[in-house]
Amino acid sequence: MSKPLLQATNLQCERDGRVLFDDLSLTIMPATLTRVEGPNGAGKTTLLRILAGLNENYSGEVHWLGAPRAAQREMFQRNLLYIGHRTGIKAALTAQENLAALMAGRHAVSAATLRAALAGTGLAGYEDVPCSQLSAGQQRRVALARLLISDEPLWILDEAFTALDTHGVAALERLLSDHAQRGGAVVVTTHHDLEVPGMQRIRLVPDKVAV
Amino acid sequence: MTAKLQAATTVPVGVVAAMGGVVRRDLQASFRQPQDLLNPLLFFMMVVTLFPLGVSPEESFLRQSGSGILWVAALLSTLLSLDHLFRHDFDNGTLEQLVLQPQPLYLLVLAKTLAHWLVTGLPLVLLAPVLAVMLHLEGNSIAILCLTLLIGTPVLSFIGSVGAALTLGLRSGGVLLSLLIIPLYIPVLIFGTGTVAAAAGGASVGAYLALMGAFLVLSVTLAPFASAAALRISLSNS
Repeated sequence: MSKPLLQATNLQCERDGRVLFDDLSLTIMPATLTRVEGPNGAGKTTLLRILAGLNENYSGEVHWLGAPRAAQREMFQRNLLYIGHRTGIKAALTAQENLAALMAGRHAVSAATLRAALAGTGLAGYEDVPCSQLSAGQQRRVALARLLISDEPLWILDEAFTALDTHGVAALERLLSDHAQRGGAVVVTTHHDLEVPGMQRIRLVPDKVAV
Repeated sequence: MTAKLQAATTVPVGVVAAMGGVVRRDLQASFRQPQDLLNPLLFFMMVVTLFPLGVSPEESFLRQSGSGILWVAALLSTLLSLDHLFRHDFDNGTLEQLVLQPQPLYLLVLAKTLAHWLVTGLPLVLLAPVLAVMLHLEGNSIAILCLTLLIGTPVLSFIGSVGAALTLGLRSGGVLLSLLIIPLYIPVLIFGTGTVAAAAGGASVGAYLALMGAFLVLSVTLAPFASAAALRISLSNS
């Protein structure tokens, strides 16, 4: 039996005086896909940001590979790929420069790899176009191109399917299940009907939580 | 099993390369959007040119107050540009990605603030001699003034980065930013203009410059700690 990648116990988070979730525990095992569900305002994004280590306004514990995450932040971040609601694309930079910026500080990638990744998300020919001239869906594709060159085992994707066309949605679904099959873990929120065999669901209900 | 799960298949990026990447990317983005670059510079020029028009064009007045005018204008124009330091990156999500880089955030914030100084502070230092001539400052005073600005403007950027990071999550942080930061700028202003005054009076400026240098070392080493912590708080609340 393999070790859980990420383990959260007794998470409790309040926002503007309202309890988003209380006593929430979850385990992210390798080779799984986890979908966080719930209506708007249920705290899906907040939960994902807590799991990614961006939001520190919570009580409870988060463990990475069995040890407290706070003590190994850099190690954890090296193994995490997070794409948020805001995609992290600078409008002034070109698609390739943006992708290079998103990879910066992680692992070395050649320009050829970057271009291949952009081509893999259907952006061939757009490498040197400033992102201000790209559509919302294309900008998201630039951010998602990271998934193609990622070596991080844990993917946390917030509203990953937003603004993508049907082909993009299908390709991303494949990418996520492939990553899970290779032993990685995926945590997503989406309002799109994502159905993958063996998918773990975490349902957030305002004021109470059912797993 | 765990070894296979860890990302170790590819060459990791060193911290110096990561810092270089931050600086290069920020410079690139600034040069593509020159209005961010030109705004503080134009503001600096306008404030300085308004003084002879609004107060007095007399040579003796300008010579006496010229260094003070230039310093105040540089301070205000830095303050004007501070809100941009993290705001754009916060809005488009690149700040989250910066914080999530597997590198010490302290050094990344240091690189980011350095890039901010290179696009807003350094142009002021380069423009200052021209404006100083306009204000009838003497050669020696101009040299000392530029030296104090060269040491002082990075201090302004680094102290300001703490305020910019703290007020990031607020919708109208501009006023609060000024209120927080201006008191901290006052010692830099006093010693900056004091150095030029001492030089004009024929006194030795070594002690003044040493103090300015101490401000610089302190702000470069300590401010990124505070900014990094403030960024984490601001991101937690967003």
